[in-house]
Amino acid sequence: MLTAILIMSGLALVIGVILGLAAIQFKAEENPLVDKIDAILPQTQCGQCGFPGCHPYAEAISRGEADINRCPPGGEEGIHRLADLLGMDVKPLGDGQAQAKPKSVAVIDEQRCIGCTLCLQACPVDAIVGAAKQMHTVIAGQCTGCELCVAPCPVECIDMEALAEDITQWKWKYPRYDIKNSALNTNG
Amino acid sequence: MRKLFTFHGGIHPPQHKALSTHVPITRAPLPSLLVVPLRQHIGAAAKLRVRPGDPILKGQRIGDADNAVSAAVHAPTSGRVVAVEPRPVAHPSGLPDTCVMIAPDGEERWIAHAPLDYSALPPSMVLDHLRDNGVVGLGGAVFPTHIKLNPGGGAIHTLVINGAECEPWITSDDMLMRERAAGIVRGIHIIRHLLEPTETVIGIEDNKPEAIAAMQAACDGHPIEVAAIPTLYPTGGEKQLIKVLTGKEVPSGGRAYQIGVICMNVATAYTIYRAIDHGEPVISRIVTITGNVQSPQNAEVLLGTPLKDLIALAGGALPGTQRYLMGGPMMGLELSATEIPVVKASNCFIAVSARHFPPPPPALPCIRCTRCASVCPVDLRPYELYWFARGNNFGKAQEYSLFDCIECGGCDYVCPSHIPLVQYYRFAKSEIWAQEKDKRAADKARQHHEFRQFRLEREKTEKAKKHAKATAGASSGDDKKAAIQAAVARAQAKKSAITPKNTDNLPPQAQEAIAAIDARRGQPRDASISPLSGADREEDTMKPAATHQETGEER
Repeated sequence: MLTAILIMSGLALVIGVILGLAAIQFKAEENPLVDKIDAILPQTQCGQCGFPGCHPYAEAISRGEADINRCPPGGEEGIHRLADLLGMDVKPLGDGQAQAKPKSVAVIDEQRCIGCTLCLQACPVDAIVGAAKQMHTVIAGQCTGCELCVAPCPVECIDMEALAEDITQWKWKYPRYDIKNSALNTNG
Repeated sequence: MRKLFTFHGGIHPPQHKALSTHVPITRAPLPSLLVVPLRQHIGAAAKLRVRPGDPILKGQRIGDADNAVSAAVHAPTSGRVVAVEPRPVAHPSGLPDTCVMIAPDGEERWIAHAPLDYSALPPSMVLDHLRDNGVVGLGGAVFPTHIKLNPGGGAIHTLVINGAECEPWITSDDMLMRERAAGIVRGIHIIRHLLEPTETVIGIEDNKPEAIAAMQAACDGHPIEVAAIPTLYPTGGEKQLIKVLTGKEVPSGGRAYQIGVICMNVATAYTIYRAIDHGEPVISRIVTITGNVQSPQNAEVLLGTPLKDLIALAGGALPGTQRYLMGGPMMGLELSATEIPVVKASNCFIAVSARHFPPPPPALPCIRCTRCASVCPVDLRPYELYWFARGNNFGKAQEYSLFDCIECGGCDYVCPSHIPLVQYYRFAKSEIWAQEKDKRAADKARQHHEFRQFRLEREKTEKAKKHAKATAGASSGDDKKAAIQAAVARAQAKKSAITPKNTDNLPPQAQEAIAAIDARRGQPRDASISPLSGADREEDTMKPAATHQETGEER
């Protein structure tokens, strides 16, 4: 009887120590859920969700502090994917939240730019090049369309221009065709 | 006789090829305006190198290859560039794309061009020559040839030349083989020189006996085999033709060079011959004009010729023409206007009428009869793909190898419910591509944002460090005092080292006078007045007067 108890408690001790060590050894650096949520967010870093960037918003969602319907650039599809990931119900974009807009990029009117560098400091992805008293310009390929540079500009020389559809990014539309009505009616 | 293999599925649509093969290749007349798109190949559009108003020669390069995957574009005739602007082009979207508009002068003056002695040059230079002459795959995919001929790594053991031309109505490759077999064989020699394959085989469907005979005659005495293959759509697909001729299957998601095979269209071989042996860039191609037109035919057409000129060449469209297709009826695309120009990919234009193309009956629900699966040349399950694409379940569609679909349209053709299946696959594919593109853009934005955060943090700590250092220096009072002392001492030493210079070069009398004055200054004021003092006073009183005079003059 005593031997059995000793063996069992000994085993428990050994396994406990192994588990404890393993927990320290393989400790997850960051919450993996945050990365999964962050991967779905559009990375515009626009702050329209009320958080200073996509990663903080992902963290807030993972802690259950923020709703999944606060990201206008992600749109309906983003909400759907977040709902899938988190096993939540799909909700429409939150109240007071801007509605999803067509993707656009910032364009600086170079005639009006005074080279104040305020937009450079506002850009969350360093997509504006320029220096003090030098003309600034937006690297269109890197601009996420967050609009954060528009407000700080003292001469209102930044406009958001919607990306026109061209051949390189045109998509095939969902097929729409006539269903034979009479057939459906007779079947139904 | 070569042992032939079969691929899964395939269909036998009505051919309609004889319609356009009874007359030899004609030459289309020079149009009044050429519209040359800068994007005539897969990859990046060519980079414009002319400006409106520029005079231009036939064969002059108007666009450079702009990227690794790109090819040059040339002026099809001499004349003048009248504009560079977006124009409707042959694209399923119907959207405009940048085109160079050329007004021909009718003189057809060539730019200087010369044959290339390819055997004396390293392969890379030959490939660059092909790129700069705008050689791309003319079978339909318009993939830049210089990339295809540079597979890298593993050796190529089989060169397959594609003369199958399996799609109904199209006869441009057929006529090219009948009339210009020698040129094609010459092109094949150049490809063989570059790739050094152990065997070369030309695959031609057995519904083209004249072409087979012509090619056999031209290949006589050359190490090139001509294989007549059974007529079955889509034998002309690259992977299907390789399977038929070699029995090898290109792995899912892979490319032909990975199994040691390269496949080239006959028309591409012909343009390689023109580019190397004559130094002529790709500025024209053989185009079939058929369907509901007065006299269907094949014509050698300058790239950039608007479709309406071709319709006129074929005697005009007959009544009942509803629309125009570029390519065949199975894989072709509908054109939105007759102003759309001929491009490198244009092998055929079909005037569509209800007589030849009765409108499809309305679609019915899928009954899962699996006839689509039985004809699929890639051995997919089209009914499943349809289901997933329809439900926007793209991940699942990819699991079912959506991207191995060659969009041949065989499933559409046999579907008893007349469901436009390929449209669903195209929709799903472009959605997946767009999602992947967005994902890449998001990843890039995340990286930039993270780096920015890191940079701001770094700048902050650097600033803090600097500040800490500065305040640390000030806090020890003695050090500071000593530093100030040292600075004052340095300043004084510097000051004392400087002697007044304006008295150095005076005559001796003046120096004596100065010395005397200095000596007197040393004496107390109330001391006895020396006899010289009168003169001194006079000088003093005179000085202000002189200054007044000077200032007066200045005024």
